[in-house]
Amino acid sequence: MTDGLANQGTGNASNELLLTTVDGKPLKEALIHAEARAKRRAFFLVLPLLLFILITFVAPIGQMLHRSVHNDGFIVTEDFGTGVRTPIMVNLTEWFNENPPGSEIDESAYAALAADMVVLKKERAAGQAGTRINYEISGSRSLFTKTARNADKLAPPYKEAIIAIDPDWENPELWTVMRSASSAYTATFYLAAIDMTRNANGDIEMVNENRQVYVKLFQRTLILSLVITFLTFVLAYPVAHLLATLPLRYSNLLMILVLLPFWTSLLVRTTSWMILLQSQGVLNDAMVGLGILDDENRIQMMYNQAGTVIAMTHILLPFMILPLYSVMRPINPSYVRAARSLGATSWTAFRRIYFPQTVPGIGAGALLVFILAVGYYITPALVGGADGQLISNLIAFHMQKSLNWSLAAALAALLLGGILILYWLYDRLIGIDNLKLG
Amino acid sequence: MALPKHADTLERIWHYAYLVICGLIFLFLIAPILVVIPLSFNVEPYFTFTEKMLKLDPTGYSMRWYDLLLTFGMVDPDVVRDGAWWADAWANSNWINATKNSIIIGVFSTLLATALGTFAALGLSRPEMPYRRTIMAVLISPMIVPIIITATGLFFFYSAIGIADWSIFGWKIPYLGVVLAHATLGIPFVIITVTATLVGFDHSLTRAAASMGADPVTTFFKVQMPLILPGVISGGLFAFVTSFDEVVVVLFVGGLDEQTIPRQMWNGIREQISPAILSVATILVVISIALLTTVELLRRRSERLRGMSPG
Repeated sequence: MTDGLANQGTGNASNELLLTTVDGKPLKEALIHAEARAKRRAFFLVLPLLLFILITFVAPIGQMLHRSVHNDGFIVTEDFGTGVRTPIMVNLTEWFNENPPGSEIDESAYAALAADMVVLKKERAAGQAGTRINYEISGSRSLFTKTARNADKLAPPYKEAIIAIDPDWENPELWTVMRSASSAYTATFYLAAIDMTRNANGDIEMVNENRQVYVKLFQRTLILSLVITFLTFVLAYPVAHLLATLPLRYSNLLMILVLLPFWTSLLVRTTSWMILLQSQGVLNDAMVGLGILDDENRIQMMYNQAGTVIAMTHILLPFMILPLYSVMRPINPSYVRAARSLGATSWTAFRRIYFPQTVPGIGAGALLVFILAVGYYITPALVGGADGQLISNLIAFHMQKSLNWSLAAALAALLLGGILILYWLYDRLIGIDNLKLG
Repeated sequence: MALPKHADTLERIWHYAYLVICGLIFLFLIAPILVVIPLSFNVEPYFTFTEKMLKLDPTGYSMRWYDLLLTFGMVDPDVVRDGAWWADAWANSNWINATKNSIIIGVFSTLLATALGTFAALGLSRPEMPYRRTIMAVLISPMIVPIIITATGLFFFYSAIGIADWSIFGWKIPYLGVVLAHATLGIPFVIITVTATLVGFDHSLTRAAASMGADPVTTFFKVQMPLILPGVISGGLFAFVTSFDEVVVVLFVGGLDEQTIPRQMWNGIREQISPAILSVATILVVISIALLTTVELLRRRSERLRGMSPG
């Protein structure tokens, strides 16, 4: 072996010792190589899952975000059998491009509209184009189908002819909406999701008081989530403290009572609350039986906010108990004893010595419960009734009932934004790898 | 939590009051789950205890709702219960079909989630893993993002790529969309449990194996796997329960014939809640007790293997 494990570097200007490996590479370089290889190896273990999540989770959410700013229902129609996409409303779109917002809606605009109506009739797309406008002005769908049906009979002067079919065409708001719908990319749905709209001049303003729904719902979601977080904290703290101070033998047994709800199906727990809270349910029956309540005065505990709060507090309680427990368990009891021996009352010892040590657990539990509560769907849908619904339920409503998918996507995007900020906060403060499941 | 000898009267009262409060909170946690069990044996179609039930009169109880689970959807439920009757139940009973679907979807999504999640957890727990924190946050996010947002996104995505029509050699892959989605939802649980098992994993063990000439694959299966197996199985069980209990994604992207147990329950609760729901709920509670016991035993075994607790 001519090269020793450590031999004198030949071309080294400074007279330092250059360490090399057996095959003569400088040690530093070899180390960098080895580290890079270890890095690659670790990364390749994670790569398959990362790709999987990017495709099945991140890409769908990205597409949803795209949908929230993109809706071409007014300008393109697609034949679902063949997949052929045909542009519609071409003439009107051109008119909008040539005439800035606030221009007078004159004969040329109506002529463009009449020409487009003929195309709508031919392509059977009047319903689709009308639906896009209907999202913002109700009744527009029938306005479009009715006008397209009579498209062939339209003759100049078009303005009078079209208004003769329906005077709603004179509504300046309708033209503002059509203008914004004539470009596929639009912020309309985000505006709608925060109860805003554009007026005839293109300025942004709040919608009428009686049509403001979404901001109120966001507020209600926040308030109910805060209430639920607070209730879980109040209920979890004594229990977690008991579990943390009992000997392990007993606390492991009692822990089962916390983990069993955690493992039980969400639908089962929600069903249980339904049969407990119903006006003919177990709780009301018990109170009537014990003479606390009259038969006529049964309490309405379900299909309102109370139902949502009670059931969700129960369902999210383990998510508060577990982080609190894992922070409380290692707290050394001699600190409190020392405080007591120095003359602190038990309340002072708790307030100044014990409680401050549990704050990280409170933070972790509260953030987790709040994040989960804000996006809850199933429980409010089943026990919430009309006024116990949260923002998720409205997203589901727009997805399944009103079929205004872009608005659903915009609402979902706003909710997602809020959740991601909280998630980032959780990761910064607590660290996502400290999340524990039982 | 014993009371010290020097405690004064007030402290004693507070101590016992505290124990009572804790007892009530435990009752709040557990009573709603247990209350469905006796009610599922109710002979009447009510959701409350009848007088006969409270007197423990046997005629107040029956198995009729469990029977309904079998017969609901059958072609001819009222004939003699011979082989043909059972064949009819196996083929046509709505709840049995839902159970089959739930198990198929659950098993395949669990396998996918556990395999991918375990390897990723191995990579993530290596100290040299680049961008560890960011990648971890992305991989855990399906657990944090509200299910309605995931379902909405998947609905758009699957209809855009036409996953319902995908096929291999003319064979349409059943449940593909739901299985992929459920695997995604189960992955965070696998990652969390497996990385928790890998905390404090002694890497000199793998180095020792390598120095004795074992290649990485042998090292993995002979040294690492037996040690992390309890965590992997717990993670798998978590993933399975997640899939077995998931309803929103199935509602959004599942085909009409992809009825699962939660979906059937959801429909039952929304339309006309019948005590048959309670018998399903009871069966699910029994299953969750079994799963919880398994996971607890595994956790203790894992702690013992890693020498984290005596005994």
